[in-house]
Amino acid sequence: MVEKRGFGTFLVHAVLIVGIAIVCFPIYLTFVGSTLTHFEIIRPPMPLLPGPHLIDNYTQALTQGITAPVGRMLFNSFVMAMGIAVGKIAISILSAYAIVYFRFPFRMLAFWAIFMTLMLPVEVRIVPTYQVAASLGLLNSYTGLILPLIASATATFLFRQFFMTVPDELVEAARVDGAGPLRFFKDILLPLSVTNIAALFVILFIYGWNQFLWPLLITTKPEMNTIVMGLKQMMPTADDYGNWPVTMAAAMLAVLPPVAVVLFMQRLFVKGLVETEK
Amino acid sequence: MATISIKDITKSYGKTEVIHGVSLDVADGEFIVIVGPSGCGKSTLLRMVAGLERITGGTIDIGGRVVNELEPRERDIAMVFQNYALYPHMSVFDNMAYGLKIAGQSKAEIKQRVDKAAAMLQIEPYLERKPRALSGGQRQRVAMGRALVRQPAVFLFDEPLSNLDAKLRVQMRLEIKQMQRAVGTTALYVTHDQVEAMTLADRLVVMNGGVAEQIDTPMAVYERPATRFVAGFIGSPAMNILQGSVTDKHFALEGGGTLALEDAGYAEKGRPILFGVRPEHLRLVPAADAVLNLGVTAIETLGADTLAHGKLAGANGVGGELVARLPGSARLSVGDTLPLAIEPGMTHLFDAESGRRL
Amino acid sequence: MEKRVTFDNRLLPYLLLTPQLAVTIVFFFWPAGQALYQSLLLPDPFGLSARFVWFSNFEYLFNDRYYLQSFATTAVFTGFVTLTSMSVALLLAVLADQVIKGAGAYKTLLIWPYAVAPAVAGVMWLFMFQPSIGVLAFYMKAMGFNWNPVLNGSHAMTLVIAAAAWKQISYNFLFFLAGLQAIPKSLIEAAAIDGAGKWHRFRTIIFPLLSPTTFFLLVVNIVYAFFETFGIIHTMTAGGPGQSTTILVYKVFSDGFVGQDLGSSAAQSVILMVVVGVLTVIQFRYIERRVHY
Repeated sequence: MVEKRGFGTFLVHAVLIVGIAIVCFPIYLTFVGSTLTHFEIIRPPMPLLPGPHLIDNYTQALTQGITAPVGRMLFNSFVMAMGIAVGKIAISILSAYAIVYFRFPFRMLAFWAIFMTLMLPVEVRIVPTYQVAASLGLLNSYTGLILPLIASATATFLFRQFFMTVPDELVEAARVDGAGPLRFFKDILLPLSVTNIAALFVILFIYGWNQFLWPLLITTKPEMNTIVMGLKQMMPTADDYGNWPVTMAAAMLAVLPPVAVVLFMQRLFVKGLVETEK
Repeated sequence: MATISIKDITKSYGKTEVIHGVSLDVADGEFIVIVGPSGCGKSTLLRMVAGLERITGGTIDIGGRVVNELEPRERDIAMVFQNYALYPHMSVFDNMAYGLKIAGQSKAEIKQRVDKAAAMLQIEPYLERKPRALSGGQRQRVAMGRALVRQPAVFLFDEPLSNLDAKLRVQMRLEIKQMQRAVGTTALYVTHDQVEAMTLADRLVVMNGGVAEQIDTPMAVYERPATRFVAGFIGSPAMNILQGSVTDKHFALEGGGTLALEDAGYAEKGRPILFGVRPEHLRLVPAADAVLNLGVTAIETLGADTLAHGKLAGANGVGGELVARLPGSARLSVGDTLPLAIEPGMTHLFDAESGRRL
Repeated sequence: MEKRVTFDNRLLPYLLLTPQLAVTIVFFFWPAGQALYQSLLLPDPFGLSARFVWFSNFEYLFNDRYYLQSFATTAVFTGFVTLTSMSVALLLAVLADQVIKGAGAYKTLLIWPYAVAPAVAGVMWLFMFQPSIGVLAFYMKAMGFNWNPVLNGSHAMTLVIAAAAWKQISYNFLFFLAGLQAIPKSLIEAAAIDGAGKWHRFRTIIFPLLSPTTFFLLVVNIVYAFFETFGIIHTMTAGGPGQSTTILVYKVFSDGFVGQDLGSSAAQSVILMVVVGVLTVIQFRYIERRVHY
């Protein structure tokens, strides 16, 4: 369409750039904080340009940290995020397959039982869920970090939605070719779901990585802390000046993996985001 | 290779019966085409033979074995689907080999069979491609190849050409026929396209409303349609059907006017009947010899032929609309009155109530 | 919506469902049942036994000044987070939608905060605005503004709202941008030919056509502000000063784990479940509506 250009276009770009600057400023400042010394930070105003202590601070964070080495926490977060993503996808794709491709008594009951979990985020039922996990002896364990969070209907719904779009003729062709239900699942349905699985994986990895309240309750030993909740423990409090640069280095390390996932798998990420909300 | 014997097959969804007792015996190696308008039950019938739909009543017997309770894979059949149903993530080779792999054939055997089928269908250059990298015609061939490699007792085709463009459809039609002749496998083929039906079939099953109206060779169906429905469905343009009744050696048109009947004594006087004549069996004659006069209202020139649409002169009120297929050389204009005669022996009479041929 | 073609198998579907149902029952139905049950109990001060008290926990809650205040706090917090985040995101999305060159780069730079955990966002924003060390807090004070979120409740509220809204901009931006790009160009062209200027086109064509997206985001943002901002509150203010930033979800946690008042916490959980239930129903009504388009 023909439209007058010039000042309007300039203004559009200017506002976008200011917007991006505001959106990006917190992480920039965190980065700057992670390259300074503790002394430079507690004597405000701190410098707004990076200092020379990047390697020192990150090394210290990774190997010693404050409560526990951040390297260890990153590993815990990684295990938790992977466990949640893989676990959710695995149990969801199986149950969606059962619900879509079979007719059996209590099918709708099972469907609604799973559906109900959509309604209750873990934050709402946090106390009793904690009690259940504690009574099962799951405190300070990876199982305890992962298992309670893989019960969710979102992924089941996504797969159900996708399975409904798979043409019936493919099932029929597979049956004429002699494939039974498990064979059809393994040879046809699973390979066709790869993009959906990948998109979902991206979203669930971020979801798992960013959990805060659940690890806060279920892990009491510092070496079982995840990075996102461990960060809170590392924050210098008013009476103890702690170590801000190391904390900021830990904050950078905490956001790096999920941000990298978003940036490098942007297409899958957007697809996953849009589809899980359908 | 096998015979198929279908006996009094019915199919109901809940309380609605959609197929009301169809029987058909198919000889070994025969090419049967099931044709009918959409919703007539032809696909359901085919899917019951395939084992994709449960049989409500009656029996289906393939090669001397009642298959009612057998799963598709146990029936020794292969099927070509309307939208091809190729596995999108597998190469052409894997698509064709999938059934053989499941059946536990050896690698060498699979390769040999796939290569043979690919050569026959001229799809060897595409064996490593994915279905989405193929044209419609190529996908169609792969779907056929997948059926071919199985070396089944029966081929089932569910409107396999309806997603192709007109030119490709003609070509694939010929290839399907040649392929079936070459391997000699019994085939059931479902279509709504009467040209496909006429050209492919050894015998036709014309279905309507869940009933097989006529089962016979294409020419027999064309020449002696068993019912008014078959008369209207097979042949293009459709047969002209006029309503009226028999009066002594004449057919009295409902709106007025009469036509001479060559050999009367068909039916009792005054009985309401339908009088049918195909457009191609009307010809221009000198006015003195005219059996009927057509007032032309519209003309379609097809090149070889010219279709003259019009109303019977002398027929007032309702009815009396006719189409005549005349030679392309005929020079006509709207408003003309054409003197027409009917080719000898080319009239069809049907009972007005039951629609059956008299 | 149902599949026409299915497999006949008696046992297999149950086997396939078992893992998900097992996890759901153990970590969902059991705790939810516990919450319901505990909400009707009053434990003695030593936590050794509990008495069945019917609805007195709920009665107590609805007479509790702090609990009612927490409702108001949640409403203010949710309202401002939703409004701020959605309007900023809409502005950026409308602008990004017009950009021809570099649209991809702008998009990339705007979506990454989605990946930042709320708790980490809290730490980052605190680092900027903490009164003793925060560099932005320093400049605010240098300009004569007495910024003190540690003692001043409204300052604390402003801070958590800003952090929570910041994190949600990416999400809203993505959906607004997708919504804008889904509007057929021909409609906008028709409006332009009818003589509508840019602003007029936005007000009369684009914004109304965007309303399904807007409504959807409204619900999502409310759910976000209600339930997913726990990490922000916990890292930045811990619900304080006083109770000024204690939103409902935070109160469930602090009464249950810090205050050890299990009956009250369970009753609060039940109330929140009802709230989520209502929001979910609204969301589904919306999805149904969208299907009819």
